[in-house]
Amino acid sequence: MSEGGAMENRPVIRVALPYHLRTLASIEGDVELEVPAPVTARRVLDALEARYPMLGGTIREHGTGQRRAFMRFFACEEDWSHQSMDEALPEAVAKGREPLLILGAIAGG
Amino acid sequence: MSSVRVLVGTRKGAFILSSDGKRKDWTVSGPFFAGWEIYHLKGSAVDPKRLYASQSSSWSGQVVQRSDDGGATWNPVGNKFAYAGVPGTHQWYDGTPHPWEFKRVWHLEPSLSDADTVYAGVEDAALFKSSDGGATWEELKGLREHGTGPHWQPGAGGMCLHTVILDPSNPKRIYIAISAAGAFRTDDGGKTWKPINKGLVSKYIPDPTAEVGHCVHHVAMHKSRPDVLFMQKHWDVMRSDNAGENWREVSGNLPTDFGFAIDVHAHEPETVYVVPIKSDSEHYVPEGKLRVFRSRTGGNEWEALEKGLPQKDCYVNVLRDAMAVDSLDKCGVYFGTSGGQVYGSADAGDSWAPIVRDLPAVLSVEVQTLQ
Repeated sequence: MSEGGAMENRPVIRVALPYHLRTLASIEGDVELEVPAPVTARRVLDALEARYPMLGGTIREHGTGQRRAFMRFFACEEDWSHQSMDEALPEAVAKGREPLLILGAIAGG
Repeated sequence: MSSVRVLVGTRKGAFILSSDGKRKDWTVSGPFFAGWEIYHLKGSAVDPKRLYASQSSSWSGQVVQRSDDGGATWNPVGNKFAYAGVPGTHQWYDGTPHPWEFKRVWHLEPSLSDADTVYAGVEDAALFKSSDGGATWEELKGLREHGTGPHWQPGAGGMCLHTVILDPSNPKRIYIAISAAGAFRTDDGGKTWKPINKGLVSKYIPDPTAEVGHCVHHVAMHKSRPDVLFMQKHWDVMRSDNAGENWREVSGNLPTDFGFAIDVHAHEPETVYVVPIKSDSEHYVPEGKLRVFRSRTGGNEWEALEKGLPQKDCYVNVLRDAMAVDSLDKCGVYFGTSGGQVYGSADAGDSWAPIVRDLPAVLSVEVQTLQ
């Protein structure tokens, strides 16, 4: 095992999901996923949906694979929502030290 | 002893109201899917323990849930609603072409003969079918592609296919309705479709008697007479005696002929219920009085049913799928309001009582009569 519990070329990364999606998938706490390097949002979502098929279509659209408009991605306190799905996530996320945060956009007044 | 189960979809979850055949004392379970919009849930007539629910949110999109134990437990099933082929365009509010985009499931209609078969009416308007208990969905594309689709336009609530009626005497005949395109019928199990809007007059569209473009709010049928249909259009309550080939107005003495909900008594096919709503701007009941109107003559002659319902300072709406009847004797009638009340009548509407008062805004009400 290497830093952050990651295995060689197949790091264990953490994903924090919004309440409604945790409930939908009966998840408590963060999800830990083995994701092949390089760790990208697309690969994280592929792994997430493979383990929890009911999350398909709830974070990114069926068909186009695009992020749903009101879902946002944050990594290491940076808004990752508008990055390419194939952009490598920050090293701290890729090595499991920090979670990839998936949030529902907050609207209000 | 018989019992009833009332399935309630709301803006913030689903609820199940249960009672014995007396329909006096109720238990309320839920919320299920708390915080999600539940546009509709309905049970299978073949297997009453089999329920389907449409769960959605602006954030996370569409989920379909299935229960195999009468609503005690639920499991998400398939939510992939992909239009067949290249879906093309319909008209946007300003008349310009707009691509078909899936938004949500408005109505789930379980098959009358197979618990694993269920139809989904969706926005943007299309009809999907699942033959594996909701795991996978296939569009019945003949509806969207029959020819008038490019002329369909959304109503204020979106371009939704909100009504699906299966003919109990003819498994190949299905009626559907779309806001704001109108009513359509297939006689070959969904391969081909035709508009059935002759006789509808909508003064607010360019051609008031157009083949399509009418804002049909809901359609109801009595299972013993599947060729007789009752329709609550945006304005006008309508009736057809020939499977939708022609319609005539039966609004009669209603205080306003605008409304959403319409249903038929379980044992009296000429007894019809509507809830008139003040419109176009307000969308609440007229005069601050919550009244169901009943016709025992198949329309035209309507009586106000108000016993047990608030008759002052009431400003709620009753949406298109938020009324249902049970099949007990006497027929029970139920409806839910935008104020979160669900009212029930155990005597065909003569008197009413709230089953529950403070739910989130009610989107749909369905009833299962259990033996």
